[in-house]
Amino acid sequence: MTADAPHGAEAPPELVQLLTPEGERVEHPDYDIDLTPEEIRGLYRDLVLVRRVDLEAVALQRQGELGIWASLLGQEAAQIGSGRALAETDMAFPTYREHGVAWCRGVDPVNLLGLFRGVNHGGWDPAEHNFHLYTIVIGSQTLHAVGYAMGVQRDSAEAATIVYFGDGATSQGDVNESFIWASVFNAPVVFFCQNNQWAISEPLEKQSRIPLYRRASGFGFPGVRVDGNDVFACLAVTRKALADARSGQGPMLIEAFTYRMGAHTTSDDPTRYRVAGELEAWKLKDPIERVRAYMFKNQLADQEFFDAIDAEADDLGRDVRKRCLALPDPEPLAIFDHVYAEPHRLMDEERAQFAAYLEGFEG
Amino acid sequence: MKQFKLPDVGEGLTEAEIVRWHVKAGDPVKVNQIIVEIETAKAVVELPCPFEGVVAALMADEGETVDVGRPIISVDDGTGTAPAPASSAAPGPAPERGQALAEDMVPTPPKEERQPVLVGYGVKMGAAKRRPRKSASTPPAGSPAPRSVQPPARQDTGPFTGESAAPSVREGVRENGAAAGAAPASGGRVATLAKPPVRKLAKDLGVDLTTLTGSGPQGSITRDDVQSAAGAVPAPAAVRAVQAGEERIPVKGVRRATAQAMVASVFTAPHVTEFLQVDVTETMDAVGRLRRLPDFAEVKVSPLLLVAKAVLVAARRYPMINSAWDEAAQEIVVKHYVNLGIAAATPRGLLVPNVKDAHAMSLPDLARALGALAETARAGRTQPADMAGGTITITNVGVFGVDAGTPILNPGESAILAFGQVRDMPWVVDGQIVPRRVCTLALSFDHRVVDGELGSLFLRDVGAMLEDPLRMLAWN
Repeated sequence: MTADAPHGAEAPPELVQLLTPEGERVEHPDYDIDLTPEEIRGLYRDLVLVRRVDLEAVALQRQGELGIWASLLGQEAAQIGSGRALAETDMAFPTYREHGVAWCRGVDPVNLLGLFRGVNHGGWDPAEHNFHLYTIVIGSQTLHAVGYAMGVQRDSAEAATIVYFGDGATSQGDVNESFIWASVFNAPVVFFCQNNQWAISEPLEKQSRIPLYRRASGFGFPGVRVDGNDVFACLAVTRKALADARSGQGPMLIEAFTYRMGAHTTSDDPTRYRVAGELEAWKLKDPIERVRAYMFKNQLADQEFFDAIDAEADDLGRDVRKRCLALPDPEPLAIFDHVYAEPHRLMDEERAQFAAYLEGFEG
Repeated sequence: MKQFKLPDVGEGLTEAEIVRWHVKAGDPVKVNQIIVEIETAKAVVELPCPFEGVVAALMADEGETVDVGRPIISVDDGTGTAPAPASSAAPGPAPERGQALAEDMVPTPPKEERQPVLVGYGVKMGAAKRRPRKSASTPPAGSPAPRSVQPPARQDTGPFTGESAAPSVREGVRENGAAAGAAPASGGRVATLAKPPVRKLAKDLGVDLTTLTGSGPQGSITRDDVQSAAGAVPAPAAVRAVQAGEERIPVKGVRRATAQAMVASVFTAPHVTEFLQVDVTETMDAVGRLRRLPDFAEVKVSPLLLVAKAVLVAARRYPMINSAWDEAAQEIVVKHYVNLGIAAATPRGLLVPNVKDAHAMSLPDLARALGALAETARAGRTQPADMAGGTITITNVGVFGVDAGTPILNPGESAILAFGQVRDMPWVVDGQIVPRRVCTLALSFDHRVVDGELGSLFLRDVGAMLEDPLRMLAWN
């Protein structure tokens, strides 16, 4: 029991940061950003609204309405910053926690809840939103993303692909394989790792002996660590990485250094494996509070604005709750509908058999 | 009026204990206001209220263990009437999916509650929705089917009759079962629910299943039901009437956990206990000198600190004492770290929090950690993580003013040392009887892992270090 600082609380020197936890704007030689007051207010609104949706989802799970929920609490800036950096034609591959990115891609939050309520398999059209379905298997989406990016490359299209994963996923074979493919084929893909310090109960020091962003150099592409609780820095770094990818400069690894303030999922109890002081240290680096402080100091918004956003958030929470509870159960035969895109003889046979079976209950 | 039923908050939980209510009847509540803390097998969790309104009634007491799916609170949201009495036989409307757990409190017979399941948030009751299977004996359309009466033909359709029976049949069985041991309905036979092996057992023992009242899920007949019928063993009646002069205390929480752990430990690990009386005059002297050192100015120095240190040093000399028996793998797991457990009497009962990685601590750090552990335990704030992963334990029975005991191993560990009270005793030093400070050590160990020789060496060394604390330096 030593007197070390709480786990992960010491900000490493190589961190790209544009807005300090106290809300002070700082410069960085490689990454900078020029945002209008309107854009900043928009980012603030995004952060508050996705946190509110997340809180509602946790409550719904606690009330028995969702089977499980993976909270994004604390990771809003990493997701909104990177999500707002995407161009419309860019493609994003999420894990199961990218509720903030989904928001930026225009996916209705109720669709996310449907998955966790067990009434759909995602419920949004990935092609419509350029936002792939949630992937539950850890890290496998990195391979999908690299494949997609290589396709874009072969189409000579000017679009980038971004793929999200966590610190724990970096230990997966899939992720390392995708690094290799992306590197040797110079694929236009941005690897966006939200290092939230904990792979469920496994701390980062059991995942890596070096900072995660430095892994990239071993595979032959650049890596950078950004303050994942700084929405400005995440936006700036991701924008640059996506622009580089689109212009043929190959992949990049972004390690967003952040913290999962809640449980891994609603089935998890983090108090069993991490100390309370750690959470307290990270609360001081809250991604929303620093933007709010910055806006106050620079008179980019008044109390009326903040109150209005809070009211909008509560309305959104209520609306999401109402529509979640109204989600219909799928028809039993719907299970056959999305197995194959094209008509399929075996599926038709099985569907008919199951329909006949169900009819057996009639009368 | 709406009811909130206890949800499964952690993928597969079937029950939870009500720890503390934050509201009482008459209180106004809002949506998502925290109303209650529950303790599940996984965690203490706060539940947010799904309704807005005024609390009509709390339907479970603090300390009560409640099955998932049971209503725990009713909230008057101004939308409906009072709940129907539980005896109401009127079937409620089929619950819609969206109202799964938060459905309106229109008359809802208890049988429509969700069933606790292993995964997810509970199945909705199929009873109201499942359609009866068409069969050859189905009467022509239009003629009303007697829903709680099964055509006799179904009796002969094989062992799965009951399993695949339509829900109306299940209701029939349950209603029958609810009739508290009444003879089976004479008019119209009811399908009996029993699994094939139970049916075979009944056949072998000559028991007529239709005469039994099932005690299993959905009123199904269990192996025990059949066996007790065959042996004419009367079903255990409610004989729990409180006798005069007796008090019955429900076993739960820490008491239950303690009981389970102790039984598991005693019946899996063969215990051996050895005793050693030691002269701890030097140790007591050392405690006094340590207290005067500036390094210990801020921390509590007690004899326990030196006992702990002696155990750590001895465990390093004999690593097998700090190991665990892995029954599944048929291996002994030798731990090269020590998470030192300290048995503590707390407001919640006996807890054994441990000092993680105690082997790597300096003496002042160890003193600090022991102090923090005791303080947390006394305040009743010991977390499950604090108690997990212990490797060896010390129990300080001396604080209760006794000399020794035969401690029971903390499950998963191979040794526990009881440290008795220190008192003045006549002692022979250099052929003279002199008063010395003496205490008794008792070491219990798991004889599967630790032989008498090893246990004796360990205990002897701990004693030697307490007789002369300088040995701790020599052997460290």
